[in-house]
Amino acid sequence: MSFEQFLFYFFSAILVGSAVAMITVRNPVHAALFLVLAFFTSAAHWIMLEAEFLGILLVLVYVGAVMVLFLFVVMMLDINVARVREGFVRLLPVGLVVAVGMMVVMAMVVGARVFQVESPGRADADYSNTEAIGQLLYTEYVYPFEIAAVILLVAIIAAIVLTLRRRPDSLYMDPAEQIKVQRKDRVRLIKMEAEKK
Amino acid sequence: MTFEIPDFIPVIPELFLLGMACFILVADLFIPQARRDITYGLTQFSVLGALVLTVWLAAPEVRITMSGTFVADPMSDLLKSVVLLISAVVFLYARPYLMTRDLYRGEFYVLGLFGVLGMMVMISANSLLTLYLGLELLSLCLYALVAFNRDSTQAAESAMKYFVLGSIASGVLLYGMSMLYGITGTLDIAGVTAGILTASGEFNMALVFALAFVVVALAFKLGAVPFHMWLPDVYHGAPTPVTLFISTAPKIAGLAIIMRLLVDGMGPLHADWQGMLLILAVLSLAVGNVVAIAQTNIKRMFAYSTISHVGFVLLAIMAGTTEGNAAALFYVIAYALMAAGGFGMVLYLSRQGFEADNIQDFRGLNERSPWFAFIMLLLMAAMAGLPPTLGFYAKLAVLQAVVQVGFIWVAVFAVLMSVIGAFYYLRIIKFMYFDKPEDRTELSRGMDVNVVLSVNGLLMLGLGIFPGILMSLTAAVR
Repeated sequence: MSFEQFLFYFFSAILVGSAVAMITVRNPVHAALFLVLAFFTSAAHWIMLEAEFLGILLVLVYVGAVMVLFLFVVMMLDINVARVREGFVRLLPVGLVVAVGMMVVMAMVVGARVFQVESPGRADADYSNTEAIGQLLYTEYVYPFEIAAVILLVAIIAAIVLTLRRRPDSLYMDPAEQIKVQRKDRVRLIKMEAEKK
Repeated sequence: MTFEIPDFIPVIPELFLLGMACFILVADLFIPQARRDITYGLTQFSVLGALVLTVWLAAPEVRITMSGTFVADPMSDLLKSVVLLISAVVFLYARPYLMTRDLYRGEFYVLGLFGVLGMMVMISANSLLTLYLGLELLSLCLYALVAFNRDSTQAAESAMKYFVLGSIASGVLLYGMSMLYGITGTLDIAGVTAGILTASGEFNMALVFALAFVVVALAFKLGAVPFHMWLPDVYHGAPTPVTLFISTAPKIAGLAIIMRLLVDGMGPLHADWQGMLLILAVLSLAVGNVVAIAQTNIKRMFAYSTISHVGFVLLAIMAGTTEGNAAALFYVIAYALMAAGGFGMVLYLSRQGFEADNIQDFRGLNERSPWFAFIMLLLMAAMAGLPPTLGFYAKLAVLQAVVQVGFIWVAVFAVLMSVIGAFYYLRIIKFMYFDKPEDRTELSRGMDVNVVLSVNGLLMLGLGIFPGILMSLTAAVR
């Protein structure tokens, strides 16, 4: 086994292990952290495939931004894990039978012996896959790329529609109003006669 | 690397709709609630504008552009026109309901427009990638629309169910597509067909494996038994205008991706998917028609009726002939028109604080409004497939196609199930004409709804007497 193969199996084992752990651990924070580990090891796979740009993107975007936000949400929400997990043990045997059955069938049908692909060979040292991806993305794949952008826009709209609530009863300050305030809004000078004793 | 600027002309309707949707999104922020009609008007303008552009740019030849990811052919022209027309009708029917329930907001229209855009992308997809992205764009809008009434826990629950099951279906579809990509090495649908034809024998199992995933995912999205569980709950829980939207145009787009992916893309595997579709169709016909009898909620009843109609569409596709494909297109267009009218009537009867989603609410409609009782009669007769309505010819065309390929027992079974199904449509007619109304609130809607709903109902009769008009359109594109 070459060193590269060793690395592949090493990262794959961690990837599969952390993916399984992610759906089985009880604590949602641990689950999110396992997902981070899974993303890291997939990024390692990308880099081994010489797709460095995608690997780094996965770490920056998913691990750096998405998962951190996700962790924030998990920590802020008080999710009753015990109630969510009701029925897990009861349904586990059925789920296991189905999952194992599926895995056996899939291994029989789409094993490695079916998908034998020639290795594309190594790229030159000065080959930039960032440039290659950029060129393809904005030429050949511009139509799917734009649709993906629209999907993200819809996700933003949907998230705001479903969560933004204007509550007139909540107390808040408007900084713009605060800055614009003038003396006459706050202080009232009243001229009055001095009172006689 | 050389790259030619693609031909943008066939994509103009999509570009127009996208531009208008973005414009409405921003413009709506500056429109006060009292002037929300402006948003509505702009929405109708964009849908009808896209319709005009689609019809204007329609051409008899196949135009592939955007580096092979987009195709415009007679089928896409026809289906896009119907989708746009029905969406305009849906927005029209929905307006009074939204206005009386504090749901009359610009986001409803923006999400709706993006959903329509997703359907157009699906109909014109020429690559697995655009097909999937269009489907996701549509689904995402629908999930949000189902949960649009945030104060309803029922709507939130059904949106959650829809979201989780829909995501699983999308995952299954992607898995099947990734297998196809692995075997054929291309995302282009014509390339996939060529790849299947040249794939060596050792790939046979893997191809059927990919096919099974694709069929399961498509059955999920259309709501065919045994992947129908989400459908009644979503129809029931969603606000009625959203149910109206889900049950009409997306079914047409769903058939379009079946045409593109299964019939065209995986055509060489017809022998393999014929059996799968046969099982789905037979089960859908049985469950849809029998379970609908037990429903008291009209939205749930329509959900089961949708399942049985999906069974018919799948039967037509299963035949695998040109006649079968034309029959499926005819059926799905007819179904979308019927469903639009049916839910339009439910919306017509509803008012502030009253949903009219119980079958009993149709009691004595004849005394309250004879004209709209007649319209509902036409719609129900069309759904049941009684001559001389449109529904009869839709079922007839499917049965002809099925008998032609020798599945006589399936045709007999479909007829039997339709007879069982006729019971619950006729029950509504009985309620309308032979029962006394319990609720005599005056029914009045705007002129626009009255006219369009009447035309919608009369189309059932008109297209039923002259089925050749629609039949020739669908036969010409297949």
